[in-house]
Amino acid sequence: MRSVIDILDLTVEEIDELVKCALDIISNPSNYSEKLKGKKLATLFFEPSTRTRLSFEAAMYELGGNVLSVSDQKASSASKGESVADTAKVISCYADIIAMRHPKEGAPYVASKNASIPVINAGDGGHNHPTQTLADILTIYREKGRLTDLTIGLCGDLKFGRTVHSLINAMARYSNIKFVLISPKELVLPSYVVSDVLDKNNIEYKVTTDLESVMGELDVLYMTRVQQERFFNEEDYLRLKDSYILTPEKLLDAKIDLTIMHPLPRVNEISVAIDDDPRAAYFKQVLNGKYMRMALILKLLGEM
Amino acid sequence: MNIDSIKNGIVIDHIKAGLSMDIFAFLNLEDLDAPVKILRKMPSKKMGKKDVIKIDSELDVDLNALGYIDPDISINIIKDGVIVDKYHPTLPETMTNILKCKNPRCITSCEQELDHIFKLTDSKNRIYRCIYCETKSEMDF
Repeated sequence: MRSVIDILDLTVEEIDELVKCALDIISNPSNYSEKLKGKKLATLFFEPSTRTRLSFEAAMYELGGNVLSVSDQKASSASKGESVADTAKVISCYADIIAMRHPKEGAPYVASKNASIPVINAGDGGHNHPTQTLADILTIYREKGRLTDLTIGLCGDLKFGRTVHSLINAMARYSNIKFVLISPKELVLPSYVVSDVLDKNNIEYKVTTDLESVMGELDVLYMTRVQQERFFNEEDYLRLKDSYILTPEKLLDAKIDLTIMHPLPRVNEISVAIDDDPRAAYFKQVLNGKYMRMALILKLLGEM
Repeated sequence: MNIDSIKNGIVIDHIKAGLSMDIFAFLNLEDLDAPVKILRKMPSKKMGKKDVIKIDSELDVDLNALGYIDPDISINIIKDGVIVDKYHPTLPETMTNILKCKNPRCITSCEQELDHIFKLTDSKNRIYRCIYCETKSEMDF
């Protein structure tokens, strides 16, 4: 059974297919409104998340399907000590596809190895979040009209930011992509991402702590939040949380067609004064995420 | 135990001096109900000094996993007092329940029955990663 646990489970051709399908859904929503009638998506969220769960549920409803939801871990059998493997086997008896978020890294992978239906990783700790990356890819495509020949700035928490790692993995497969890595020294991109992805594929990249000095080079600026839940030590979190705050003044040297992205939720990394700037694409990302989840669910259920 | 005349067993030779105790621990030899001799800092023409482990018993483990600790060691399989096989370990593609994932966020940290499986991702640098969370295995030696 085909599952998507990591963005690299999808080939570039498959991602392009998903983008094409999402664009068709946007243009012709009525063609898809009953496509999954009678099918059920189980959303198993063992970690707090409102937007991703709602996005999956909205995606399934807009395809004419139904949703079975476990939103409160305390109410589930997992709280009684049931293993992820057993949960996956049980849910396979009720649903046609699973979207799983879990605080432990690798839990959706374990589920996929034990379920008899497709499993989509909706985020496993600080590890993978492939559907966020699909949302990011569709956003870049819709805003720039291409997925090649781009300079992408990644700013903030590049150490724990799983969305950043997945986006680098995905975009590194397209031609002529350059990355600018902007972060405090304590939150730099892990060396294995640098060696296994950037160096291994001869991808051009620049490392800096100064956002404004590189602003004019960027086609895309991907801001991230310093996430409290990824720190074991509150002192470190408090010291680093306000490292980069994007304000209109910092955009003075930015390209007129820059695309500003953020996986949300934001705390204060992007000033609300930027929300009305036509270059701000972070709320469009949310909508694009729903369309890409629709495309992915269709693909995994063989209905694309 | 006559160390020089093992009848059926294994001699792990050319171990980098000082690593024999790590290999002893790695192979859980303490739990083995058979004689084991560790020779430390033995003179060696090739290496200057080396360690050797002699095990007077067969072992039901993939000794290639030792390549993770020291790729230059040689493994001699003794049967009826004769060396029947001699080889350098080649890194196995996967190691199951040999290395432990130390990432506290990994699913293996809370589900005790899951096998700890590591996959070889970079043979040149002998890097294995947990198949669940992709954390790099840590060399404790």
